[in-house]
Amino acid sequence: MTGTTGTAATSAPTGPARTAGRLGRIGVVTFPGSLDDRDARRAIRIAGGEPVALWHRDKDLHQVDAVVLPGGFSYGDYLRCGAIARFSPVMQTIVEQAKQGMPVLGICNGFQVLCESHLLPGALTRNDHLRFICRDQRLRVENNRTAWTTDYTEGQEITVPLKNGEGGYVADERTLDALEAEGRVVFRYTAGPGTPEEQANPNGSRRDIAGITNEAGNVVGLMPHPEHAVESLTGPTTDGLGFFTSALARLVA
Amino acid sequence: MARVVVDVMLKPEILDPQGQAVQRALPRLGFEGIADVRQGKRFELEVEGPVDAAALRRIHELAETFLANTVIEDFTVRVEEPAVSEEAPA
Repeated sequence: MTGTTGTAATSAPTGPARTAGRLGRIGVVTFPGSLDDRDARRAIRIAGGEPVALWHRDKDLHQVDAVVLPGGFSYGDYLRCGAIARFSPVMQTIVEQAKQGMPVLGICNGFQVLCESHLLPGALTRNDHLRFICRDQRLRVENNRTAWTTDYTEGQEITVPLKNGEGGYVADERTLDALEAEGRVVFRYTAGPGTPEEQANPNGSRRDIAGITNEAGNVVGLMPHPEHAVESLTGPTTDGLGFFTSALARLVA
Repeated sequence: MARVVVDVMLKPEILDPQGQAVQRALPRLGFEGIADVRQGKRFELEVEGPVDAAALRRIHELAETFLANTVIEDFTVRVEEPAVSEEAPA
């Protein structure tokens, strides 16, 4: 794969015209029950990109270069988290484009949608302690070669909010071994300073996995919320900004 | 109209914290002797037309793609016979 990706990129002006004339356009899908779509759009703007609102019933991606599936409770989390969103018209197009290399980031409910869509392996299940958890969470960046993590260093630790009731990542042992062997574990839960190691994992996720990527590295899903950590006024840190600057750097490169 | 029942259960190796919570609550409520509880979902599909092999194939497909997430869940499909009486003894 080359630096620019996807069919949207190939139809757009190339090289200098793109960097000079146009910001990277990143779409954010709103499903019924999405909560964090506005924060995701805001994070994209703060990172220097052009956020584009996408609607779940609209198959058209409006020439975006990348897509964020935001957090929330799409379709009320009915059936299973993300199970109904997977069949929405917009997802049909996103699945096609993702397979052609378009960067896609799924945050929280978005991660659940990506797993239900089979763009990422495994599934998210009820937190092992059954409680909804909301806290600032420390993560270790395990893979800084994905479309969404190039602005981090491998091994870097970041702190972003985490808030979910069904964030336990599960997959069979063979899949987990393959993810590890192929370097597709992107983020792992880790203990912050002064926190006992056994409290690092907030939800019983297998092997402390907080986020993973597909084989090509363009699709990334994670449970914690980088879009809530882009401004010092409202976030615990600005550690989440790197997700969006990483994708934008790649889009306008 | 015929009824087809799809039962969806978490695979045995997948932790079921909801079932565990139910099981732990039982002694507090005075119900003893329940060693384990697993919680699942039951879907009752009212089928238009005959429930033949083709219809069951379609229902199997919809259960596999939609009602169950086969990464973590197993499912069964069965036709519910029209009940003459409620819960006839076996």
